[in-house]
Amino acid sequence: MSQRFKEIDFIGVFLWVFRAVIIVLVIYGTVAKLFLGVGNTYTVEIWVDFLISGLSQGSLYALIALGYTMVYGILFMINFAHGEFFMSGAITSTVLVAAYLSASGFMDSQPVISLLVITAVAITTSISVALLTERIAYRPLRRAPRLVPLITAIGASFFWQYFFRGLFGSALIPFPVPEALQGRWTILGLEFLRTRVVVMATTIIALVSLYLFIQRTKTGKAIRAVAEDKDVAALMGINVDRTVSITFAIGAAMAGVAGVLWGLVFRQVHFYMGFVPGIKAFTAAVFGGIGSIPGAALGGLLLGVIEAVGPPLFLEGLGIAGAHQLKDVIAFTMLVLVLIFRPQGLIGEKLAEKKA
Amino acid sequence: MALLEINNLHAYYGNIHALKGISLTVEEGEIVSLIGGNGAGKTTTLRSISGLIPPKPGAITLGGEDLSQYKAHHLVGKGVAMVPEGRGVFAKLTVLENLEMGAFHRTDKEGIASDLEKIYKLFPRLAERKKQLAGTMSGGEQQMLAMGRAMMSRPNLLLLDEPSMGLAPVLVEAIFDTVTEINKTGTTVLLVEQNAHMALQVAHRGYVLQTGAIVLSDSAKELQRNPMVQKAYLGIE
Ligand SMILES: Nc1ncnc2c1ncn2[C@@H]1O[C@H](COP(=O)(O)OP(=O)(O)OP(=O)(O)O)[C@@H](O)[C@H]1O
Ligand SMILES: [Mg+2]
Repeated sequence: MSQRFKEIDFIGVFLWVFRAVIIVLVIYGTVAKLFLGVGNTYTVEIWVDFLISGLSQGSLYALIALGYTMVYGILFMINFAHGEFFMSGAITSTVLVAAYLSASGFMDSQPVISLLVITAVAITTSISVALLTERIAYRPLRRAPRLVPLITAIGASFFWQYFFRGLFGSALIPFPVPEALQGRWTILGLEFLRTRVVVMATTIIALVSLYLFIQRTKTGKAIRAVAEDKDVAALMGINVDRTVSITFAIGAAMAGVAGVLWGLVFRQVHFYMGFVPGIKAFTAAVFGGIGSIPGAALGGLLLGVIEAVGPPLFLEGLGIAGAHQLKDVIAFTMLVLVLIFRPQGLIGEKLAEKKA
Repeated sequence: MALLEINNLHAYYGNIHALKGISLTVEEGEIVSLIGGNGAGKTTTLRSISGLIPPKPGAITLGGEDLSQYKAHHLVGKGVAMVPEGRGVFAKLTVLENLEMGAFHRTDKEGIASDLEKIYKLFPRLAERKKQLAGTMSGGEQQMLAMGRAMMSRPNLLLLDEPSMGLAPVLVEAIFDTVTEINKTGTTVLLVEQNAHMALQVAHRGYVLQTGAIVLSDSAKELQRNPMVQKAYLGIE
């Protein structure tokens, strides 16, 4: 008994020190940067630029995070293959559509139609991959212990990576950006990269539509009912399997949109491109509160901003060289911190304690 | 022909033999009570009828039709509605959304709207709390909501699993009055209860279930007079 108390106490103290060290480092770095002039000095415009690129990157995380959070909300399962839903849409639409539209000159003469067609193909691909994965790999395991579908998801993830590598090769594939979206726009006196404006605007439209869909439509209500109680939902006449499929499809559609936007921003796609964004978006979903749709949106945006502003702010302030290369460290440190200190995220229920 | 006919129904949870060949019938227009103690198999019986437990072929027929060919979500379309044990309201949906879920399979907008008004008349409290999240309602209110939700499907057969559980005596009376009222408007009721006193008062007939087998069946009046029922379920020595 006393032995156990000592153990808990030791871990408690360790966690407390860990948290304090992180807080002190962040505050010290920020102060050093802003008031003591450690590292590069940036103008206000540059800080605004960091912020905007953070919001735009965060928008992408938010779009991908929706898939994690919705699937978790309805099945209490972390779908680690979700990054591959994102990748499959991006890579397929690039190779099969975007490359030809660009080569023929249609992309530059009709950028809006081109991007809509590319996005439609991306969404269709992502949804197909998601539905196949759900039907073949997850549904038979619906009643298995929770570790089983988790491992299956990792397997599915590898399967899709190598499937698309087999289809389209392992080289980096350039994503053509139409001329109309090259360069910057000036909005309210601020300069924005055009692609980033497109990313943020699309994300806002997608988030609002999704929210209204879930809140207002019959299918949206069915999704919420199934998330709460599958047996009772079935008693209401709701086809639970179909509703789960629809949920996967919606998350995958968002990932497909994110895939095209990712192409616009980074100008290339790759069979392995789903891995890191997938984990980042998972981090965002956990950060916001997994299972919560507004949580995923908020978590994504915050993660993007912290990743963009953190390195120049407190990492450079600590005298770390090449700080901007360490943004992944910030993201994953955040994941660890959230899991330890606030597993329920900003808005939402605890990851471990939510009913299975 | 009986509306609901159960013939030699078995149910298993892994190795546990929860129903050991029960048979019962419910005639059109009746209230039938199924009484029994904890773990007797009452909930299992209702879950079998509504398709939540894998059906055994031929054991359950509704209006002569074998129910084993249907999945749980088809049953409401066949006129079967269930108020599950513990109410099963969707806590994070509003009262109105819960009621809408009850009418999920229906497409007749006007019919749904007029049924909603009927439910609000039957349970005025629900009308006052339309926009409230169901999870924040009291136990009694949730029971009303669960019953209202089931009625929104316009069932022929209403399955009620311990509607009196955890409610104050006044509320229990009110709930059973409502059951009688619902029955008078033409809905057949199969009522599962531990509260044998109330259950036999409102029912026409009753069955007594003990560890997965039906040990007695009679009119409700006769069951109330039966010494074994009095001793085991009515607390009369
Ligand atoms: N999910 C399950 N897994 C294993 N055994 C179960 C399960 N559900 C019920 N049982 C067992 O089946 C038997 C019948 O249970 P059932 O829930 O039908 O009883 P009940 O009559 O509804 O009891 P109560 O009045 O307590 O609700 C019990 O022995 C119970 O332990
Ligand atoms: Mg029970």
